[in-house]
Amino acid sequence: MMDRQLRRLGAAFLVLFVVLFAQINYVQVFGAERLADNPANAKRQLIAEYAVDRGEIVANDGRTVLARSRKSPGELRYQRLYPQGPLYSGITGFYSFVYGKTGLENAYNDYLTGDAAELLPQTLADQVLGRPRRGGTVVTTIDPAMQQAAAGALGAQEGGVVAIQPSTGYVRVLYSNPNYDPNLLAAQDTAKVTAAWKRLTSSPDNPMLSRAISELYPPGSTFKTVTSSAALSAGYGPESRWPNPHVLDLPQTTATIQNFGGEYCPGGSQITLIEAFTVSCNVVYAEVGLKVGAEKLAAQAHAFGFAPTTSGETVPFDIGWSHGVFPDASYFADRLPEVAISAIGQAQDLANPMQMALVASAIANQGVEMRPRLVEQVRDQDGRVVKTFGPEVYGRPISSRVAAELTQMMISVVEHGTGTAAQIPGLTVAGKTGTAQHGTGSENPHAWFVCFAPRLDLAVAVVVPDGGNLGSEATGGQVAAPIAKAVLEAALRG
Amino acid sequence: MSQIAVPEPRPRQATAVALTILAVILSVGAYVLVGLGKRGKVPLTLALYGSIFAVGFLIAHLVIRRFAPRADPALFPTAGVLTGLGFAMIFRLSGGLAAEQATWIAVGLLLFVITLIVVRDHRQLDAYTYTIGLVGLVLLLLPIVPGIGQTINGARLWVALGPFTFQPSELGKVLIVVFLASYLNAKRELLAIGTSGVGPLRIPPLKHLAPLIVAWATSLAVLFLEKDLGASLLYFAIFVVLLWVATGRATYLVIGLVLFAAGATMGYLAFGHVQLRVDIWLHALDPNRVNAFGYGQLAQAQFGMATGGLVGAGLGRGSPGLIPYASTDFIFAAIGEELGLLGTVAVLLLFVVLVGKGLKTAMEARDGFGKLLATGLTVILAIQAFVIVGGVTRVIPLTGVTLPFVSYGGSSLISNFVLLALLVRVSSGRAPGRGRRLT
Repeated sequence: MMDRQLRRLGAAFLVLFVVLFAQINYVQVFGAERLADNPANAKRQLIAEYAVDRGEIVANDGRTVLARSRKSPGELRYQRLYPQGPLYSGITGFYSFVYGKTGLENAYNDYLTGDAAELLPQTLADQVLGRPRRGGTVVTTIDPAMQQAAAGALGAQEGGVVAIQPSTGYVRVLYSNPNYDPNLLAAQDTAKVTAAWKRLTSSPDNPMLSRAISELYPPGSTFKTVTSSAALSAGYGPESRWPNPHVLDLPQTTATIQNFGGEYCPGGSQITLIEAFTVSCNVVYAEVGLKVGAEKLAAQAHAFGFAPTTSGETVPFDIGWSHGVFPDASYFADRLPEVAISAIGQAQDLANPMQMALVASAIANQGVEMRPRLVEQVRDQDGRVVKTFGPEVYGRPISSRVAAELTQMMISVVEHGTGTAAQIPGLTVAGKTGTAQHGTGSENPHAWFVCFAPRLDLAVAVVVPDGGNLGSEATGGQVAAPIAKAVLEAALRG
Repeated sequence: MSQIAVPEPRPRQATAVALTILAVILSVGAYVLVGLGKRGKVPLTLALYGSIFAVGFLIAHLVIRRFAPRADPALFPTAGVLTGLGFAMIFRLSGGLAAEQATWIAVGLLLFVITLIVVRDHRQLDAYTYTIGLVGLVLLLLPIVPGIGQTINGARLWVALGPFTFQPSELGKVLIVVFLASYLNAKRELLAIGTSGVGPLRIPPLKHLAPLIVAWATSLAVLFLEKDLGASLLYFAIFVVLLWVATGRATYLVIGLVLFAAGATMGYLAFGHVQLRVDIWLHALDPNRVNAFGYGQLAQAQFGMATGGLVGAGLGRGSPGLIPYASTDFIFAAIGEELGLLGTVAVLLLFVVLVGKGLKTAMEARDGFGKLLATGLTVILAIQAFVIVGGVTRVIPLTGVTLPFVSYGGSSLISNFVLLALLVRVSSGRAPGRGRRLT
């Protein structure tokens, strides 16, 4: 007699369980993605991210490992390792579960995690076979021997070095000092990572700032390569003759401009452009700037990749960088003296080794500026090449004639000018020194050297701020040229 | 009444043997998979835990065969698989808890066997209506007693005796069901008579309504004094359902619902923690609150189950450790994470089978007491499973009850095995032949 109620009770229970079935279907399948993406789900998102056997970042030899993953016993299944320590920190950046990712770790994240479309077949196969997901290998253009040479030559001095293969734009060296060990930030101990981050970000050395591609300095006399480009393009040949006083009165003002050390440039009352370039004659290049004019000077600088402000992007690059700064022509309309000063790489001019290496590369490559590249190819989990980043032209800032003339002028600098410290027996080196005054902090000048070796298909730019080891006595030829030379020698050996 | 001894046909015994072996295989298999998934090797404790399941389940099977030969063959194996699955999950979460749970499983199986041997006929219990009822009530209210009662996680459900703490209400609810079945079976004729009333609502005389009021008051006492929402809801549901099943009068359901609504409203208005539960239920995924106590654990349960998806991360390969109380209240979410929708559906289906078999046992019981007893025991399992799974999946506000047989916890596991033994006992006493209608 109670069976009627029992049947109804059974039906009622069934309804309750059907509700549960519906709900778990929603939670686990239909609404699962929304739950997974919930901002509050950070911990699991992190665990999912670290469950991937993130791909390696290797040098252009395919063997030198800049970054790799190692199995970790903790909740996060893989841990990022940087076997070379700080040496490549400016390239790889870091991969931290507290502070995110930078550098190639950030820019090529999709390839490193296997999310990129090219890697999908392998990723899916791994998933079906129940293997942990693996990412692709990012093969950089970096040459480990040259990178080592740059680091060794720079030593403890603050500075930045960039080397580019002019014909391809492949970046062979990207080094900055001081730098940091990305392993500290990739650790899986929050307290340690936070402490390391505090130390790095509060250090007066600013070790996470790349002197090679991020910081900007007055380029000084290395900018004469740009001024020369404008002059040569305007029809003033290397043998064109210019007045040669030791002091130049600037227009609209009582200010004057002097040569380095207040000396006369050699050659009497007149001097050729190539000779003025070889000895880095400021007075003459100020005249050249005024003669060529703000219009052409600005246009030339902008063609190389300089821009009126630091914002925006001129030359694209795999990781974030700061292009050089040169004002618009209009800026000089009521500031004529600044044209003269800008022509010798002071005033508003700013650059870094990357920008100057691009200038040198364009000169070395018959006037064709290649887009700089840090990654040559991506390989899948089994080593097959799935993506190749070939050479790409950025622009033609100068003609091949101007490039050839400028090359001769730069060779002259190394053969018997300010850049003799970069001479390498049996190898023709074209270069330009820079010793830049700057109003910031130290009285010591920034030492610069920009060069290329045509036979090696390699351009190098070096900056050593505040004179490096030589301090106030520093010149680009003495401090920066030997570092560039060391990189060229490493390339010669390789 | 005398029972006619009809030998059970072979296929039924074969089914019971096969299902029991299957339960052992599933239980031990899940546990070995946890070891493989977690450390890549077969766990060292295999011999120990494996034999608890193999020997324990086999002994239980033999005792059922000897002392309850006509019992439903699926009851014990279904509960066995749930126990095994829960154990595997607990082992996955913590080796220490697993060792304790293994002990409780052994004790639970022992009490299952003892109950079956001692209670040869469920009608024996019918003779001790008030004694059992009083003991049940005492167990229910024991945690309120100052000095021995303990508050854990905000609920005063625990009793400490020397080094042991236990939840007396777990066994208390089984005894309360026995009492109610006995009491209602005796009084149901009286309770079924409606004398006064308005319109279609026939209200029975006040003195027969008294038990309903007492049960309601007891539930409220549990709610107010022990701060245990889940148990309070469970007692009241058991009482109302049994009253309705016994009398067939829908009036009791209506009055029950009204009283429930009143009690729930009172609870909500009176207690901050009840209001908090409701707020957590509604806003568990609100990013602004997710780090607050309570919200986070429910959100983590959702995230865990979502991570599990259709097939789960695999035993030992998810992160159920992120879910607070993953081995007790939230074990369903932990299963959802590592075994996916397939796992959670399997668990729910096992409960559907258990509840279905329980109600079938009630229908096939030949005496009113047996019917009400089986119904009450089944209601415990069904409501408890619904309340905790519904709470974990945000169908209803979360109230802390265990998932029967699955969750970690000695008091709960032991009481559930006693409950199961009584259900098996009632099912063994069913009308001969009715179970074989289809053959």
